[in-house]
Amino acid sequence: MITLTGVQKSFGPKTVLRHVDLTVPRGTSMVIIGGSGTGKSVTLKCILGLVEPDAGTITVDGSDVHEGDRDAFLARFGMLFQGGALFDSLPVWQNVAFRLLRGALKRPRAEAREIAIEKLRRVGLTPDVADAFPAELSGGMQKRVGLARAIAADPEIIFFDEPTTGLDPIMAGVINDLIREIVTEMGATAMTITHDMSSVRAIADHVAMLHDGVIKWTGPVAQMDAAEDPYLQQFIHGRAEGPIAAVR
Amino acid sequence: MSPAAPLALLGRTVLGFLAAVGRVALFAGDALSHILRPPFYGREFLQALLQIGWLSLPVVGLTAVFTGGALALQIYSGGARFNAEAVVPQIVAIGMVRELGPVLVGLMIAARVTSSIAAEIATMKVTEQIDALVTLSTHPMKYLTAPRLLAALIVVPLLVGIGDIIGIFGGYFVGTGSLGFNPASYLKNTVDFLEPLDVISSLVKGCAFGGIAALMGCYYGMHSGRGAQGVGRATKSSVEAAAVLILAANFLLTGVFFSV
Repeated sequence: MITLTGVQKSFGPKTVLRHVDLTVPRGTSMVIIGGSGTGKSVTLKCILGLVEPDAGTITVDGSDVHEGDRDAFLARFGMLFQGGALFDSLPVWQNVAFRLLRGALKRPRAEAREIAIEKLRRVGLTPDVADAFPAELSGGMQKRVGLARAIAADPEIIFFDEPTTGLDPIMAGVINDLIREIVTEMGATAMTITHDMSSVRAIADHVAMLHDGVIKWTGPVAQMDAAEDPYLQQFIHGRAEGPIAAVR
Repeated sequence: MSPAAPLALLGRTVLGFLAAVGRVALFAGDALSHILRPPFYGREFLQALLQIGWLSLPVVGLTAVFTGGALALQIYSGGARFNAEAVVPQIVAIGMVRELGPVLVGLMIAARVTSSIAAEIATMKVTEQIDALVTLSTHPMKYLTAPRLLAALIVVPLLVGIGDIIGIFGGYFVGTGSLGFNPASYLKNTVDFLEPLDVISSLVKGCAFGGIAALMGCYYGMHSGRGAQGVGRATKSSVEAAAVLILAANFLLTGVFFSV
């Protein structure tokens, strides 16, 4: 279970997270929605320790994320970055097997390659992609490679940062279905941030609406449409009028 | 404007400069500590050796050969003013080994390697590849900085040594080809005149300049701003800083080795 309590973060004079309280039960898929620049990515980065919160506590299964063995903590996570964040200098299979080629999870090279090809197959890519370099792939293929890398070491917790941004609707649907299948199959805890409401409906068990540095609404995805929160309703229906200013 | 404003500006500038020096020093200490502590990334180190050393050889060789040749011509024509044309081999040797070899190789490495390291790491930063490294339990300093720094510390002195030799031969070809020197006596004068301290100072300078070049590339890459402009600024600043620091370090090291 991931728990954020009173998390605050500012960058210079700009306050991004004012007071975030959020609980993600183990084995569930939480999707955080909200406008651009509302701190969704910062929230994920705070959990991973990539950004240090100014105040508040973040725990994973009761342990503070800033205490204990950092490598062991990070080994529990997989993350799909918005732009893929694939390493340009490495072929696809080495990107996917990055964690399996070094560190505590190191395996023999041939075995790591085999696992990488299996994970690529899992996300719908053929083995001939394994030796290509990221720059040779389309955006959708890069996302899938990023997804394969995120799941390569069978993590307990997976983060997805804007998994369908920049993809056509068909490819976005493919990625959404893959994420849902993988999360269900692995029994992993998932946190996704997105603007894409079709992703929300495909991926989420629970939804949290982040606006102005606080969680405005959170609940099961089935209750989202009936919720009365004006921020949530404006966002999910994409209305220009409402409490969320169109010009921010 | 308050009469104290220029003083305040001066104070801010000095404090800013000192803070930057402190940040770079801490970064350098951190990078050096990662060279000594496991895990070690051998593949990345070998790749850095290839990039910094082997692939820099053509530019280093060409720079050295032309500089050695031009130096021979200058010494010959300048020396002719006081009947000292015969010292061309000795002055080419001492000029190349003590000064021009290390400095020019250092500056070429700053242009070629520092810029490339800064641009690569800065691009990795703006495309979240550095964050991805962290999430994959890999320390960016250990994976990106330590192998490059270690490779530069080892291979740039070798490049300087090679540059010194090629530069001397540049002078030799000009001296024997167009200035009428006897090939055997040119080489004998060169070898006889050089002292071990000349060569040692050259290699130590190479080591220092290599360290500066790699550190500046990594430092500015890691601290890059956002977007293409951030990458461009990081690259430009890294080369400027490396070039200035190499020249400053050259002055200090020359003082250490040869002050009378």
